Amino acid sequence: MPVSTPPPLPSDDKRWKIVNGTMRKNGFARHALIETLHTVQSSFGYLDDDAIRFVARSLRVPLSQAYGVVTFYHYFSLKPPGRHTLTVCTGTACYIKGTDKLLASAEKHLGIPQGRTTQDGQISLMTARCVGACGSAPVVLADGELHGQITREQMVEQLERWAVE
Amino acid sequence: MNLEELEQIAESVRQENARFDYEVNVCMGTGCLSRHSDKLKDALTEQIAAQGKNALVRRTGCMGLCAAGPLVLVDPDEILYQHVRSDDAGSVATSLGTAPVAELQCNLRDHFDQQVHIVLENSGHIDPERIDDYIARDGYQALVKALTEMTPSEVIQQIVESGLRGRGGGGYPTGLKWGTVAKAFGDTKYVICNGDEGDPGAFMDRSVLESDPQRVLEGMILAAYAVGASKGFFYVRAEYPLAVARLSACLRDARRRGLLGNGICNTPFNFDAEIRLGAGAFVCGEETALIASIEGRRGTPRPRPPYPAVSGLWGRPTLINNVETFANIAPIIRNGGKWFASIGSERSKGTKVFALTGKIKNTGLVEVPMGIKLREIIEVIGGGVPDGHTFKAVQTGGPSGGCIPAEMLDIGVSYDALLKIGSIMGSGGMIVMDDTSCMVNVARFFVEFCMTESCGKCIPCRAGTAQMYKLLTRICDGSATMDDLDLLIDLCDTVKETSLCGLGQTAPNPVLSTLKYFRNEYIDHIVHKRCPAGVCSIQSPAEVTA
Amino acid sequence: MSPGVDVKTLVIDGKDVTGRSGQTILEIARENGIDIPTLCHLDGLGDVGACRLCLVEIKGSNKLQPACVTTVFESMEVSTQSDRLLKHRRTILELLFTERNHICSVCVANGNCELQSLGQSQGLTHVRLPYRNPDLHVDASHERFTIDHNRCILCTRCVRVCAEIEGAHVWDVMGRGIDSMIISDLNDPWGESSCTRCGKCVQVCPTGALFDKSKVGEAHPKYPDFLPYLNLMREAK
Repeated sequence: MPVSTPPPLPSDDKRWKIVNGTMRKNGFARHALIETLHTVQSSFGYLDDDAIRFVARSLRVPLSQAYGVVTFYHYFSLKPPGRHTLTVCTGTACYIKGTDKLLASAEKHLGIPQGRTTQDGQISLMTARCVGACGSAPVVLADGELHGQITREQMVEQLERWAVE
Repeated sequence: MNLEELEQIAESVRQENARFDYEVNVCMGTGCLSRHSDKLKDALTEQIAAQGKNALVRRTGCMGLCAAGPLVLVDPDEILYQHVRSDDAGSVATSLGTAPVAELQCNLRDHFDQQVHIVLENSGHIDPERIDDYIARDGYQALVKALTEMTPSEVIQQIVESGLRGRGGGGYPTGLKWGTVAKAFGDTKYVICNGDEGDPGAFMDRSVLESDPQRVLEGMILAAYAVGASKGFFYVRAEYPLAVARLSACLRDARRRGLLGNGICNTPFNFDAEIRLGAGAFVCGEETALIASIEGRRGTPRPRPPYPAVSGLWGRPTLINNVETFANIAPIIRNGGKWFASIGSERSKGTKVFALTGKIKNTGLVEVPMGIKLREIIEVIGGGVPDGHTFKAVQTGGPSGGCIPAEMLDIGVSYDALLKIGSIMGSGGMIVMDDTSCMVNVARFFVEFCMTESCGKCIPCRAGTAQMYKLLTRICDGSATMDDLDLLIDLCDTVKETSLCGLGQTAPNPVLSTLKYFRNEYIDHIVHKRCPAGVCSIQSPAEVTA
Repeated sequence: MSPGVDVKTLVIDGKDVTGRSGQTILEIARENGIDIPTLCHLDGLGDVGACRLCLVEIKGSNKLQPACVTTVFESMEVSTQSDRLLKHRRTILELLFTERNHICSVCVANGNCELQSLGQSQGLTHVRLPYRNPDLHVDASHERFTIDHNRCILCTRCVRVCAEIEGAHVWDVMGRGIDSMIISDLNDPWGESSCTRCGKCVQVCPTGALFDKSKVGEAHPKYPDFLPYLNLMREAK
């Protein structure tokens, strides 16, 4: 049987080499799909069709299967994130301490529902199922940095700082 | 590596530490880091140098009392400081050798005295990224002892004798599981550490991985030796970046010390481990879904049998244990199974780490002997409900668990006792609710969680949780009838009995337990169109019919 | 008895039956004319145990087990028709009927639909649960076939036949939970996908979700019985 040749890199963007590196480290085995998707997301911030197609072809995974995996795991995003991301924890401890209200006011302030990015591409509003900092509930992540026992005012202040940047 | 070499390393760490008059331990777990304990540590180092104090400033893992963070522990005087800000670094430095800083001192004797630390024995005392710190506290003695003096079946025998049960939720006897994998046919076997701590409100696995990763690794290597595996995987949530970083450092250091890789401790035993990241799917805590995820597929469970112990990862016999389970192994081998079995209750041995959160004063991690009364955990260790509110319920077991009312607080905590009252031990989250929480709303929250986390493979869980959510929403907004309640109960029964995996089978638990203990709240919503806690916004009957 | 064949005797619904070791309860029940309802199972495809309609009671265990993947053991006592099972089956069917938009009278598969006939045979006379009425699309981009997501019950027979038998793996499931959806390739229109146009998925679809455009307006029976034959021919190769 002829050995399948891996597809060429989608562009000369250096980040594809990092992606390729993850696959090579795993011997281009099919089970490296999720590992590789993690690398794509951490390099590019999200996964678009070209990226999924490239990874799927390289690992010889059917396209539909790769797309099924990407959309199964909520950590993967198909859309580019905004310049800043506010993630509101919606775990139980945070819910009991009122993050539903925090989330509602963030949605109102930004004028977008959770999971979306503002029209100017400045701020994405996301939710997470427990970041494991329940002792500090309620918790939000501002660009990945954890802020515990946060108040509505502090959160809105942060959003306003980002908006004018 | 042999016992003498371990002792040499331990001795050099002790000598190094003895050069200092004081050890200033700064908690750098996720909780305290979120309040900038990294900057505090820098400030302390600076101030201590400036004041010419002979003290070691050490980064440590979680000290447990997240509510009072950032925390600083000064040894050898065992003085604990709470809410320490970078501005306080000067006064803490000054206090060394003089009187403690009174206004920062944390005096919660009750909180700490009731606890028994096995899993958390090193948390807050060692630098999690220094393998030698772990070795200095008896680390890897169990491994060396097992590899050089014990047969695999003797190791399993100790675990059986200890009575240890899986700490991930199910409570399956660990020794029995190990024995099954050991007996399974096959040259290639795997061990997996389940660190996909998806239960919202539980963070003990994160904390253990951040504070004492070597302990978990040692447990895994011991398990691999016992069952005959040569490859291990740590499956950790991508949402826990600090735990992943510390675990990576831990694996690298263990390899350097010859504790991981080929010919461990100069014996013929080979074993290596690597990390696999979860990607945000609660269902991957289920064994067969976790395996699918490591294989790079959608994390959907499959029917069991065959169990992973017989046919798991890539069809090979696979042992899966939770982080906390592995963290208990080294002390059991070091001290013997009988020692472990002497702690705890009749059918639940040892200790359990709980994450206390919600409407409780001392939020954080606690480790208590099994059998301790729930009341003691909540009122004494947890300090009770703050701000003059009254306790209403404690939710254990995450979305698979149940809500336990005040009148049940005198039961002892064990797998069986919790099951009997309609909840489960689960991974150990305890979320306290007070009179401002609406139990119908809480039940709806959990069902919504299960609905969005359902993998969608089997119908009862996929469509059943969605219908349960719909019915509960009706109850919360005041548009439900008593027929809807009967329908909900009937649906719960089918989802519980017919779902493919644990997620669906336990999804009705929060509804059934709140119905059992707080039925009047449901009736209030349905019949009287009011929410006693004032959480749900119920339209007036006129609006509903309009 | 020939050496190497291990025969088990068991009881299904009070009837003494025998089977070979490794056979499933479903296989043996069907050999003996005992009806156990199924939807995701199809002879010739790998089993997934997802529809939960074939759950049976096994004496000595409180847990219900799927007959399609549970293998028999000696002296097993199986019950397939208890009140408990009948109630669960009806509720599961009810969940399916309310999940998407199943309106038999305007469906191309009316009269040839496995979901419809199960509803009749299991005595589902009315639906108590609220209809979800989701807003789903119909993809008619393919030159010969159409996929109507309103009728899809996510049994994944199409996914399996395409991956296991045709070897193309054009279909898979995207998303999860109640939002799961059958997709071709990267959620591309079917007509623009890598589909081989073999039509096997249409033949195995139990409802009117996958259908042949030329059959609209007339009876549209499906013929999935080519599968065991294909498997047999492959083994003989």
